[in-house]
Amino acid sequence: MLIRKPADLRYSDVTPKNVYVNRRRFLAAGSAAIVGAWALPTPAGATMKLNNVVKSTYKVDEKITPKEDITTYNNYYEFGTGKDEPSRYANTLRPSPWQVQVGGMVDKPKTYDLDSVMKIAPLEERIYRHRCVEAWSIVVPWIGFPLAALLKDVEPNSKAKYVAFQTLYDPKQMPLGNRAGIELPYVEGLRLDEAMHPLALLSVGLYGETLPNQNGAPIRLVVPWKYGFKSIKSIVKITLTDKQPPTTWNLTNRAEYGFYSNVNPTVDHPRWSQATERRLGELFKKKTIMFNGYPEVASLYTGMDLRKNY
Amino acid sequence: MKKILFSPWTKRALFVICLIPALLLVWRGFTGDLSANPIEFIEHRTGDWALRFLLITLAVTPLRKIFEQPLFIRFRRMLGLFAFFYVCVHLLMYLIFDQMFSLSGIYADVVKRPYITVGTAGFLMLVPLAVTSTAAMVRRLGPKRWQLLHRLVYFCALAGVIHYYWLVKSDVREPLMYGGILTLLMLFRVRMWLQKSTTNKPQPARVSV
Repeated sequence: MLIRKPADLRYSDVTPKNVYVNRRRFLAAGSAAIVGAWALPTPAGATMKLNNVVKSTYKVDEKITPKEDITTYNNYYEFGTGKDEPSRYANTLRPSPWQVQVGGMVDKPKTYDLDSVMKIAPLEERIYRHRCVEAWSIVVPWIGFPLAALLKDVEPNSKAKYVAFQTLYDPKQMPLGNRAGIELPYVEGLRLDEAMHPLALLSVGLYGETLPNQNGAPIRLVVPWKYGFKSIKSIVKITLTDKQPPTTWNLTNRAEYGFYSNVNPTVDHPRWSQATERRLGELFKKKTIMFNGYPEVASLYTGMDLRKNY
Repeated sequence: MKKILFSPWTKRALFVICLIPALLLVWRGFTGDLSANPIEFIEHRTGDWALRFLLITLAVTPLRKIFEQPLFIRFRRMLGLFAFFYVCVHLLMYLIFDQMFSLSGIYADVVKRPYITVGTAGFLMLVPLAVTSTAAMVRRLGPKRWQLLHRLVYFCALAGVIHYYWLVKSDVREPLMYGGILTLLMLFRVRMWLQKSTTNKPQPARVSV
């Protein structure tokens, strides 16, 4: 049972990491220095500690992947197509100030800045398995709140059936985007009932801190029972709609990446097997589990042919 | 120049140079610098170098002609064998860590995954070339048959390029670059063969004079 405390945390309240790490030196410095430090903008790519995070019951009894691996092995094609490139090049992303526009078939369309995003619901730490379509996986201690909380805040109307998401695309901040080989901005989508499922998380941090840029700062989706590319990063727009929204990898290659893209060991990617996966940090591959080990979502798909709706 | 090319030290130096990519991987292994996914890292690096060495091997003949240095041929076998060496490491990584020697898994991959099918074909074509790379084998086969057999290397390189192209998700720049280099190397050969066939033809006009 989650005890919900009112969120009194503001994004601007969190302490920049470079400050709290050096807090002794920081305290020793005179008040003039303190004023100076706060006047400085947050350095690009710096993460900040998140306070008042509730430990959630959503966790797995598996070894959490080291932070080093989670933050240096990324797919974020706007910052290069190599796994090591986003951690090297995503420092050009400015995650603050940030706005998320939420609209479409809702009664109360809203534009959130980061402070108001943080007030939607208390922040929880959830430890999820994360399975990439490329057959590798990690276990991540995400920090965030249920996507449902945000959706309820804007009140979807009765026509809304799907939720469409869009990543920022700013060629100035993402100069490598033109080499991505995929159409940008990156877009994703969920069926409304999938989006309302309690497992669907809007994440603002990992390992106790705000998201590193390469992991999708400042706010990203996490849908742990689907392949990783569904968990869209650096969201600027969320639109409720009555039609199945286009999704980037499906547009890139219709036969290989479906709208649903649920983790499913029995339905192979046309070019490789999905029966096994390599957990980062482990030498040999392990068996992939249906819905990535989240059987509670199965009821969303009763009566559906998951081979056709891959 | 001739002296340098003839020197056994040149060959030894080249051998060490060709080993550098492998030594770098070992070094990275000891310093923990093989990325978050070391198996994939080694697979990709050895795959890259296998393809690069195949293309370097195929560049020997064009370079010999362009720079008029027939002695370059002294290094070709070693370069080709290094391609084979890197392919073997690449394949072993897959067999051990991706498949754990599961025959059914390997079979399913070879049959169902075109990029693995074509990669396997490329490897299988390289094996007889490595086996017949010794001077004794050249003599046993006879130079004509040996050369005919070793034309397979063109298909090995093509298989390597396709294997890579079919593997990537969206960014095909690198496989296309290798494809471009292979095309250039093959065009050079086509031109060479065309020239040869015109000069080899009996030329009645001259004969009759």
